[in-house]
Amino acid sequence: MDLQIAILLGQDGITTGAIYALLALALVLVFAVTRVIFIPQGEFVAFGALTLASLQGGNTPATLWLLLGCGVAVAAVDGLAAVRRGDARRLVSILGWNLAYPLALAALFYASQPGAMPMLLQILVALAIVVPLGPMIYRLAFQPIAEAPVLILLIVSVALHVTLVGLGLLFFGAEGTRTPAFSDAQFELGSIMISGQQLWVVGTSALLIAVLYLFFGRTIYGKALRATAINRNGARLMGFSPVFAGKLTFLLAAFIGALSGVLIAPVTTIYYDTGFLIGLKGFVAAIIGGLASYPLAAAGALTVGLLESFSSFWASAYKEVIVFTLIIPVLLWQSLTSHHIDEEE
Amino acid sequence: MSKPDSRPASIALPATEPVAGRRFAGFAPAHVLVAFLLLVSLAPVVLPEFYVTLLNYIGLYALVALGLVLLTGVGGLTSFGQAAFVGLGAYTTGVLTASPDLPGWLAWAGGSPWLALVIGLLLTALVALLVGSLTLRLSGHFLPLGTIAWGISLYFLFGTMETLGGHTGLTGIPSISIFGWELDEGREIFYLIWVFLLAAVLTTRNLLDSREGRAIRALKGGMVMAEAMGVNTSRSRMVIFVIAALHAAASGWLYAHMQRFVNPTPFGLHIGIEYLFMAVVGGAGQVWGAIVGAGIITVMKQWLQDWLPKLFGASGNFEVIVFGLMMVVILHRARDGVWPLLAKLVPVRGQHIEVDATAAALPRREMPARGERILEARKVTRKFGGLVANNDMNLHVEAGEILALIGPNGAGKSTMFNQLSGVDTPTSGEVLFRGKSIAGHASREIAGLGMSRTFQHVKLLPKMSVLENVAIGAHLRGSGSVVPAAWRLERGEEARLIAEAAHQIKRVGLEEYMHEEAGSLALGQQRILEIARALASDPCLLLLDEPAAGLRFKEKEALGELLSKLRSEGMAILLVEHDMDFVMGLVDRVVVMEFGQKIAEGLPEEIQKNPAVLEAYLGGVE
Repeated sequence: MDLQIAILLGQDGITTGAIYALLALALVLVFAVTRVIFIPQGEFVAFGALTLASLQGGNTPATLWLLLGCGVAVAAVDGLAAVRRGDARRLVSILGWNLAYPLALAALFYASQPGAMPMLLQILVALAIVVPLGPMIYRLAFQPIAEAPVLILLIVSVALHVTLVGLGLLFFGAEGTRTPAFSDAQFELGSIMISGQQLWVVGTSALLIAVLYLFFGRTIYGKALRATAINRNGARLMGFSPVFAGKLTFLLAAFIGALSGVLIAPVTTIYYDTGFLIGLKGFVAAIIGGLASYPLAAAGALTVGLLESFSSFWASAYKEVIVFTLIIPVLLWQSLTSHHIDEEE
Repeated sequence: MSKPDSRPASIALPATEPVAGRRFAGFAPAHVLVAFLLLVSLAPVVLPEFYVTLLNYIGLYALVALGLVLLTGVGGLTSFGQAAFVGLGAYTTGVLTASPDLPGWLAWAGGSPWLALVIGLLLTALVALLVGSLTLRLSGHFLPLGTIAWGISLYFLFGTMETLGGHTGLTGIPSISIFGWELDEGREIFYLIWVFLLAAVLTTRNLLDSREGRAIRALKGGMVMAEAMGVNTSRSRMVIFVIAALHAAASGWLYAHMQRFVNPTPFGLHIGIEYLFMAVVGGAGQVWGAIVGAGIITVMKQWLQDWLPKLFGASGNFEVIVFGLMMVVILHRARDGVWPLLAKLVPVRGQHIEVDATAAALPRREMPARGERILEARKVTRKFGGLVANNDMNLHVEAGEILALIGPNGAGKSTMFNQLSGVDTPTSGEVLFRGKSIAGHASREIAGLGMSRTFQHVKLLPKMSVLENVAIGAHLRGSGSVVPAAWRLERGEEARLIAEAAHQIKRVGLEEYMHEEAGSLALGQQRILEIARALASDPCLLLLDEPAAGLRFKEKEALGELLSKLRSEGMAILLVEHDMDFVMGLVDRVVVMEFGQKIAEGLPEEIQKNPAVLEAYLGGVE
C-alpha cells in the first residue's frame, strides 16, 4: 500500500465514519429516552436513500403509501379516543397530521413531476415522506407497551425491523441504487483529491451534531428530553409527557436516519436491507464510545469507519468479522475497569 | 394443601390458594406429563411425513429456545447469537464426520457422530467461556448488542473459511446410528430429537429447583441481594450462558445429521433473532414455553409461506412482513407469552416444595465467645466529592449484644451501614470483622465470614415462595453444583437446606406463609422474611437496616423477643433504627450520629438524657 491508497482509504473511512457517528447518536438518544434498542434505525437510512432514488427516477416512492397507511392507523386509534373524549381540537390536530398531511404529499405527486424538481427539493420531499414515519411507528408499536420490560421492547423492535425490511424489498425490489452526487466538485489539496460529496457528508454530519448539541444544551425541549432520559417519572411530574418525549425522540431518530441515507446514497450502493448492517455498525460505534458519551461515540464511529475501509483493502472477505470483533477488546477493557454490579429490572 | 380457614383471624392477608378437595383442583402433574409423552411417542406412527418433519424442526428449535428460556427468561441475559452456537455444533460434526482428509492430528476423531458430539460440546463450552468472559460483564441492555456482534462474526467465519466449504457448505454427513440402528429417516431421528429435548427440559426444570437454580433465578432483579447472601453472580451468569450454548450445539449436531449437509444460512443473525422470538412468544420464564414458542413460530411461518402467496398472488415475501406484524401484535396482547394462557386451559394441580422434617440439621458455625469484639470500625471516613458523609467514625459490636445506630435523617447512618457491610469502601479508616480487615472486600466474601444483613428497601424475589427466598440465605451452607442438581443427585443436601429455611421461617413466625409468593406479603412481613433469610446463613453478626419499619405493635413485640433470644444465644446484632420505643427497650448500647459524626455513645438511659442528642433530635433549647 502506498500513501496515495492510504489517503484514499482514510477519506473513505472518515466519510462512512461520519454516518456511523450520526446513527450512534440517534441510537443512544432513543435508548436513553424510551429504553428501546432501536434496531430499525438502519431501515430509515435505506428508506431515505431509496425514496430519494425513486423520486429521481420520476416515480412515486412506495414509502408514500406506507406513510398513508401508518397515518390512517394512527388517526383511527387516536381519533377514536379523541372522539370518545369529545376533544374536538385534538381530533383536528390528529386528523391533520396523520391524514391531511400524507394526502397533501400525495396530491403534490399528482400535481407535479418530482423527477424534474431540483435536487434540494427532492431531498426535502424524501425527508418529508420518511421522517414522519418515526413518530407514527412509535405511536403504533411502542406507546402501548411503553412500560414493558426492555426485553419486550427489544423484541418488538426486532419484529419491526423484520417487517420494515420485508416492506423494503416489496417497495424497492432487490436491486441496489446509487443516486447522483450533490456536487461534482473536486478539490486538490497538495496531492490529495477530495470529492465534493465527501465534504457534503462530513460537513453535514458535523453541522447536525453541532445543532443537536445546541438543541440538547440550550432549548427547553432538548433539556426536557435529557431529563426524561435521566428520570422518566421525574420528568413526567414536571409536566413533560413521556408520550411526547417518545414521539419527539423517534422523530429525531427518523430524521437522522433518513438524512444519513440521503447523504450516503451517492457514495455507496444502497439495497433494501443495507440499513441493518449500517445501523449495527452505529451500535458498535456507540458501544466503543462507552454507550453514554456522545463525543466518544463519535470518535468510536470514526474508528469503525476507518477500520472498515482499511480492512476491506487488506482482507475484504473478513471485513465484517474484523469490524464486529473489534467490539471485543473494547468490552474487555470496559469489564476490567468497572466492578459494580448493576441491578436489572 | 393448607386449609386457609384455619388461619388466625388477626392475619389480614387474603387466602390465595384454592380450597383443596372440594372443587376440581387440576390434573396431577405426573398424569399430564405421561399424556404428553404418549402423544409425542405416537406422533411419528400416526402422522404423515410432512408433519413429522415439522415436528422434527420444532424439536430442534425448541432445544435452542430452551437454552434461551434459561438465559433470557430466567437469567435476564438476552442473546441474539445462539444460532452461531448451533452452527458450531453442526460444523464440528460436519467437518469430523464428512471430511475425506482430516489433518493427522485430528484423524482419531473422524468418522463417529457420537465422538463428534462430545468434541462439539467441548468446543462449544470453550468458545462460550471465552465469549462469555468477554461479553457477559457488559452492563445491562448493551449485552444483546454484544451478542449480535459475536453472532455475526461467527456467521461470517462459517461463510469465509475454506475448510468449512464457504457458502456452499459441507455435504456427505452420515446419519447417526445407535447400536447398529441407522437413523436415516425423519420418523427415526424424530425419537432422538425429542429424547434430547425432553431430557433438556427436565434437567433444566430440576436445575431451577435447586440451590444453583435459586442463585440463577436471583440474577433477574436480585443481584445485590444474592451477592450479599454469598452467591457468585458472575459465575451463575456464566453457568447459564454455557448451558444455553450447549443446548444450541446439541441442536446443531442433530440438525447436521438430519439434513446430512450444512451451510452457513441457518446460523445467521436472523435465525438467532427467530430463536429469541420463540423463547419470548412461548413465555420467556417457562421451560415448556420453549416448545410452545418453537411450535407457534414454526407452524406460523409454514402457514404464512403456504397461504399468503395464494392470497396476494405470486410475488412472495409477504410472509416476513405479516410475520413481523403478528409478533408485534402477540407481544402487545400477551406480554408474558402464550404458555401462561395455555396452562390455564389444562389446569395442573399446584405443587409446593416438600419440607422434609427428618432431614439432618446443617452443621453450624462455632459461635464466638460472649464479649468478643465481632465488628469494629476504626476512624472510618467516607467522602463523596466535597461531602463528608462519615467522618472519623468509631464503633464496635460484641458477641451477645445489640448495638443501635441512631440519628436524625441525613446523619449518615446508611452510608455507615454500607461501609460496615462491604457494599461501599471507606475513603480512609478500617473495618475489622473478627479481627480481619474487610474494607474493600466483595460482599459475598464477607457473607462467607459470618456476617449477614437485611436491606432498608426490601430486596426479595417477589415471584418466588417465602421458603425459596429464605433458602437463598443458606446458599453458602450447601455445595450442590449444576450437574448433580440437573440430575437430582443432590437431593439429600437440598432437603437439609430446605429444612433449615423452614426452621428459620418458623423461628420468625412466618410459618403459615411458607409457600406463598414472597411478593404477596405485607411490607412488615417482608422485613421479617429478610431476617429469616439472614439467619439461614448461620451468621455470628446480624446487620439490620430499620427492621421495625412498617411493623404493627404486636409484630414489633415479637421481633423484639426474637432479637433478645438471638442475643442470648451469643449473636452480635447491629440495628439502624428510627423507632425509639423499640430501640430503647431492647438494645444494650446506642451510638448516635449527626452530620456524619458520632455525637454520643452509651447505655439507652444515658442517651435519652444526653443534651447533645436532645439538641440533635429536638433542636436547641433557647
